[in-house]
Amino acid sequence: MANVSIRDVRKAYGATEVIHGVSIDIADGEFVVLVGPSGCGKSTLLRMIAGLEQITGGHIAIGERVVNNLPPKERDIAMVFQNYALYPHMTVSQNMAFSLRLRGAPKSEIEASVRRAAEILGLLPLLERYPRQLSGGQRQRVAMGRAIVRNPQVFLFDEPLSNLDAKLRVAMRTEIKELHQRLKTTTVYVTHDQVEAMTMADKIVVMHDGIVEQMGSPLDLYDQPDNIFVAGFIGSPSMNFLKGRVADDGSATFRAEGGAVLPLASVPEGAAGRAAVYGIRPEHIDLSDDGVPAEVTVVEPTGSEIQVFAKIGDEQITAIFRERHRFEPGATIRLAPERDQVHLFDAETGKRLGGLVQDDKQPSDRRMKSGGR
Amino acid sequence: MNEAAPMTLPAAPIDSRGILARLRESRLLLGMVFLFPAAVILLVFLTYPLGLGIWLGFTDTQIGRPGIFIGLENYEDLWTDSVFWLAVFNTILYTVVASVVKFALGLWLALILNERLPFKAFFRAIVLLPWVVPTVLSAIAFWWIYDAQFSIVSWSLIRLGIIDRPINFLGDPTLARASVIAANIWRGIPFVAITLLAGLQTISPSLYEAATLDGANGWQRFRHVTLPMLTPIIAVVMTFSVLFTFTDFQLIYVLTRGGPVNATHLMATLSFQRAIPGGHLGEGAAIAVAMIPFLLAAILFSYFGMQRRRWQQGGRD
Ligand SMILES: Nc1ncnc2c1ncn2[C@@H]1O[C@H](COP(=O)(O)OP(=O)(O)OP(=O)(O)O)[C@@H](O)[C@H]1O
Ligand SMILES: [Mg+2]
Repeated sequence: MANVSIRDVRKAYGATEVIHGVSIDIADGEFVVLVGPSGCGKSTLLRMIAGLEQITGGHIAIGERVVNNLPPKERDIAMVFQNYALYPHMTVSQNMAFSLRLRGAPKSEIEASVRRAAEILGLLPLLERYPRQLSGGQRQRVAMGRAIVRNPQVFLFDEPLSNLDAKLRVAMRTEIKELHQRLKTTTVYVTHDQVEAMTMADKIVVMHDGIVEQMGSPLDLYDQPDNIFVAGFIGSPSMNFLKGRVADDGSATFRAEGGAVLPLASVPEGAAGRAAVYGIRPEHIDLSDDGVPAEVTVVEPTGSEIQVFAKIGDEQITAIFRERHRFEPGATIRLAPERDQVHLFDAETGKRLGGLVQDDKQPSDRRMKSGGR
Repeated sequence: MNEAAPMTLPAAPIDSRGILARLRESRLLLGMVFLFPAAVILLVFLTYPLGLGIWLGFTDTQIGRPGIFIGLENYEDLWTDSVFWLAVFNTILYTVVASVVKFALGLWLALILNERLPFKAFFRAIVLLPWVVPTVLSAIAFWWIYDAQFSIVSWSLIRLGIIDRPINFLGDPTLARASVIAANIWRGIPFVAITLLAGLQTISPSLYEAATLDGANGWQRFRHVTLPMLTPIIAVVMTFSVLFTFTDFQLIYVLTRGGPVNATHLMATLSFQRAIPGGHLGEGAAIAVAMIPFLLAAILFSYFGMQRRRWQQGGRD
């Protein structure tokens, strides 16, 4: 097992740079999830750690060794691919044994390792099958088995669950998490699904367009998003944003473009009168008699909660209620944001204005921007 | 027939319906109707000539004189005919050497073309060239290349001072064999190379990446990923390649006509020689028929070679 340190890493394909200096520290045994929209460079970063892509700038160290120029097999990592990349002409056990066989390990040792991995993953009855004869979830497990057998310093996963159906995905999520708790191997896991990231990660790294937008524990990112991008990316359904201005008359309010007046817990220093974006999560909106009037457009009950789409002026807003209120499309309801759950962002830079009032920690040491060293 | 019977039965009691309606119900009849044109073409252009050839082999037909059935006499004659056995030997030598070399060079070319290289499309087009040129045309080109006096190869070697007189490519039995084999290889490589290239391109790059991470070096990736994934295609390509080579006629006929002293006679050219210029249709047919067992063996070999690939057939255990 080992820690991984990524220092100001860049990647360019020809003249186009796709990763613009990323620094991440991954502690020994940590489960880190790289998350971000499609094309943001997650896979590229992971493949640079694996040694499948050249590193254009900066360096990556696994343990104490800088691995920039080490070939993949000397980096002591194992990777699980999105399409599993199982060898179709080998049985499950041959697939898992392949790396040990290449290494020239003695037969008895290979057999023992394969059996141990198969046991952990419940693959014992399938050892003699070919990949074609397995279901998606079973293939996924074989791919993990192939990684486990090698007992590597670091596990790398590239969207390993995206080919599975929703139910299986949730089950495998738990399984991978359990596996990590059992083996305690340092893990870097790539996904574009923020729910996966929130549920699995010790630490989430949010990437966007080749930079790290923010990293921290799942709850940190949820409570203290550094900027509009992270705020909108983390959380499902995503945060509501309303453009407008912070009031400059001394009252702790925000005036949205449509004219609605929304409550703030306090006005962050220097924010009075500024153009800003008001962010509030759907789950932090209540019904209240003195709330802002909004017109219900669509109601989506899921059983455990009710999701309501409504309009404040021209702005679309989503709210979630656990109580079984009755909503009729077209009706006007009064929505009241929980004032201490409000996030304010600068209208131009998208950066957070001040911390949450309830939060007494220093926001600055939570914020670890890329290249910020 | 048995399977089809129950399907036609339900339609039988209802006779009131028109014949067309009943036809539409009956899968068997409908199948026959659709099969008919293909069956006719096969019968006229394939089965009939084949049957006729086999029949001729049992007669003493000559050009201009219908023959009578003489049983196995033609084959008995061939059994003791040293020229026939020489042709069999030549054919096997020709097929084995040419196929092995075509496979090796074709695979090598395919592997190169599968790499990232500049002007890829251009090189792929070039490789196809020998295949696109009509055989007779390329044979004539080779005829010039191998010419006793004007050969460009001889000329170059003399210029370079390596030899002092032209090589008699097609005059010397051993050289002639080597020359026709070389020409056949040149002509056959594109088919092997391009087909194997198509096969190579179906192999997922992530398999190579997985193998790299598993610690495989270049040779091991080839040995444990490329080769096994390519085997089914190799089996098909080589079956065809062997069939084409074994039945080759044009190249030999243009280059050497079987000479010198029958050193390059293949079964196909000998069969033609005996039947048409020689006039003995029966004997020629018998030689041609004698090729069938070899061809069947080649087909069966590859058929069973492909059957054993259990990993390709999903589903069942
Ligand atoms: N071989 C390549 N040549 C040029 N550009 C590339 C290459 N591979 C990736 N890119 C570019 O690099 C960027 C990052 O790609 P990457 O595959 O890392 O995205 P990703 O975050 O994994 O996205 P996804 O969630 O869709 O897998 C993309 O803009 C992509 O177009
Ligand atoms: Mg990706």
